[in-house]
Amino acid sequence: MSESERPVSGEQVERIVRSACAEGMRLDVVGGDALEGYGRLREGARRIAMTELSGVVFYAPAEMTICAQAGASIDSIEAVIAQRGQMLPFEPMRPHALWGRDGEPTVGGMVATNLSGPRRVSTGAVRDGILGLKLVNGIGQTIRCGGRVMKNVTGLDLTKLNCGANGTLGVLTEVTLKLQPKPETEATLVVSGLDNEQAVEAMTAALGSPYGVSGAAWLGPGMGDPLSRTALRLEGFSESVAYRAGRLAPLMQAFGETRAIEWHESQALWRSIRDVEHLAEPRDRAIWRVNLAPSETPDFLVRLGATALAHSLDWGGGLIWLATKETEAAAATVRAAVPSRKGHATLMRASGAFRQRTDVFQPPSDLELKLARGVKASFDPGAVLNFGRIYPGV
Amino acid sequence: MSHIAFPRPDPKILSRRDSILEGLSAILPPERLIVDESGRRAFETDALTAYRRLPLAVALPRTTEEVARVMRYCRDQKVNVVPRGAGTSLSGGAIPQEDAVVVALTKMSRILEINLADRYACVQAGVTNLAISDEVAPEGFFYAPDPSSQLACTIGGNVGMNSGGAHCLKYGVTTNNLLGVRFVTVNGEVLDLGGPAMDAPGYDLLGLVCGSEGQLGIVTEVTVRLIRSAEGARPVLFGFDSSEEAGECVAAIIGAGIVPVAMEFMDREAIHICENFARAGYPLDVEAMLIVEVEGSEAEIDAQLGRIGAIAHAHNVRSVKESMSAMESAQIWKGRKSAFGATGRIADYICMDGTVPTGQLPEALRRTREICNSYGLRVANVFHAGDGNMHPLVLYNANDRIESDKAEAAGMAILCMCVELGGCLTGEHGVGIEKRDLMPRQFSPEELDQQRRVRAAFDPEERLNPAKVFPLTQRVA
Repeated sequence: MSESERPVSGEQVERIVRSACAEGMRLDVVGGDALEGYGRLREGARRIAMTELSGVVFYAPAEMTICAQAGASIDSIEAVIAQRGQMLPFEPMRPHALWGRDGEPTVGGMVATNLSGPRRVSTGAVRDGILGLKLVNGIGQTIRCGGRVMKNVTGLDLTKLNCGANGTLGVLTEVTLKLQPKPETEATLVVSGLDNEQAVEAMTAALGSPYGVSGAAWLGPGMGDPLSRTALRLEGFSESVAYRAGRLAPLMQAFGETRAIEWHESQALWRSIRDVEHLAEPRDRAIWRVNLAPSETPDFLVRLGATALAHSLDWGGGLIWLATKETEAAAATVRAAVPSRKGHATLMRASGAFRQRTDVFQPPSDLELKLARGVKASFDPGAVLNFGRIYPGV
Repeated sequence: MSHIAFPRPDPKILSRRDSILEGLSAILPPERLIVDESGRRAFETDALTAYRRLPLAVALPRTTEEVARVMRYCRDQKVNVVPRGAGTSLSGGAIPQEDAVVVALTKMSRILEINLADRYACVQAGVTNLAISDEVAPEGFFYAPDPSSQLACTIGGNVGMNSGGAHCLKYGVTTNNLLGVRFVTVNGEVLDLGGPAMDAPGYDLLGLVCGSEGQLGIVTEVTVRLIRSAEGARPVLFGFDSSEEAGECVAAIIGAGIVPVAMEFMDREAIHICENFARAGYPLDVEAMLIVEVEGSEAEIDAQLGRIGAIAHAHNVRSVKESMSAMESAQIWKGRKSAFGATGRIADYICMDGTVPTGQLPEALRRTREICNSYGLRVANVFHAGDGNMHPLVLYNANDRIESDKAEAAGMAILCMCVELGGCLTGEHGVGIEKRDLMPRQFSPEELDQQRRVRAAFDPEERLNPAKVFPLTQRVA
């Protein structure tokens, strides 16, 4: 185990990075240690653990804005904003089930991975809900990106660039988030027994309807029910949810037997979809996250054939969660089945050894890799931060 | 107005003009390469008309490959390139220079693919913003960001500036509705960023390119998200005796857990200007007005407006007027969207675009009035209240040099005030040349250097849209 630094201020983060930079020593950035199983293995000799930086910098409920230190747990922030009837719009997943770790996922890790939950399909990704960031770049300078206001086009959008950058460009120290009112209620229509193709059709019809569907997912047979379930969520004020459920139900009846589940049962279902609980076991399987245009999904699954040991769909069919054996052959089959330029596959869970010898993220083109290396060098010329997390050398 | 400096045109490039034009004419036919002075004159400015520079030449490519060939040629010849859409930039983002070639994308105006099942449209960069929504409206879909210039402005320009609009409160700005671009680098390489599949892994270069003001490459094709329209929408007008009450009402609506599709603010001056122009039925006896629009079925709209109306009454609303028909709704929006044009009929104006935290809106309005009063100038305020994006229109007479200078100074003071109140210099119009020299007010030297190094990863010699966004004095450390 490498040694850990635990900074308690942004200035300390600057000092740690500057001294690592001067010594030519690589640093691995760690939040709540919940995401260690994600991404390529890093090559740091030292760790910088961010959990001491866990406070709320400010919370302005009337502006629907909160600023938190990067080491704050997602749970703690959600608890603070829930008291004022607000929520994070992008429904961040909790990695506990999938990776089997009990670390506390942090706001910084949420931004660094840009892993969004089911509501992504209607209200956008993590990156769409971040108004501003403060980070320490690879030469130990504090850089503010974006700000605290809803509309801001001043200069290059380094906020977006750092969402999903896996901490390879800077050590995040503060995150300013855009919030949404928590819906008064929710209901989910569940259509039973649809196959992949029918499910994608049903979800496409629902998302193409004017009824404001905020989640559209499919769980296979045996994932909590003997029959497959296609779930369509409606959220809002109660009279509006009741009205829209009443309009959407007949559309869904055309696809299969449809029933409605309410409030707590609906919430529990979407939590399990968000956290991919249904694919967590058995633990020796590799788990992939594949993104396609929804209409490409049924053919993709046909091309995979028996390589897909189990799968579920989210984002109206645009996101496929997939379990395969942890073998090179299975990985090659998944990569080959993704239509070129129209989708991408990420190896979300596999042993460290496997993640070291297989591409974790969609392999970039030469030009993409050249630009990625240029961007990396512009923030972190000494290649100090999370070196090798995304691609070899990045 | 003459405060914004341009770098001296490169005499070496100017002296080689004939040979450069000859080289370009090997790539583009004569009807799509503008070299004569009267033709170039049409491209000498954008919507920031106080500044004009005649470009070396104007290229009008029709394909990505032609853009790539122009880019390779200009790289080899060390010629600067200024990308341009419809030229509606309010910040001078498309203003050329004497030693630069304008690459205007207006001939690339084909809609390439509409996919309603997967809810996206792929179009060439010269397609206008409104043409996308018009194309899919019969099927009940639309493209959400709606800048006031949407009839003219191109989607490529929207990507360049990350444009917003009145309906962004619910649906987000360009970057939140953008799925992919085809992009030509300064070296003439072609790259696809993003696409119909969401959230590509690796660095979010799509997010970086959006709003980069044409300094990272030229966008030639754009894939945008389409949204199914709600069953209906209805705006309502609320009149108030003071801007403060209107501002507090906005905060209270959001605080109550309601996010309308749009919440627009106008002060007395703006109400009168717009009403005279559009006859939209705005109340003329109030100090401030909000246009609040909600969506859904008739019953849902009634329910939401019931909640919003109760909040407005608690904030001493003086007049309430609900739209009773689609025609009335269209009039209400016509008044708002023609605010800039209507103002232009009564005076010259400069339109500022700072954003402040919504809690600071009353303070920002008060200080805007103070600043304009101190220069002896009138100001009309019309802006997106829900997201704090202000648009004070500072009125002046362009034929009066002293007054012009005062207007520019007042505008700059307003933007600095926005930054001071925790906001930013520009919410949706971009930095361009207009706000370039104010960048150090918002960013530290280290932060500006960081942004500039990212730009250098794409364009190390700063040949693309030069002398914009970053102060001329600032050089990469």
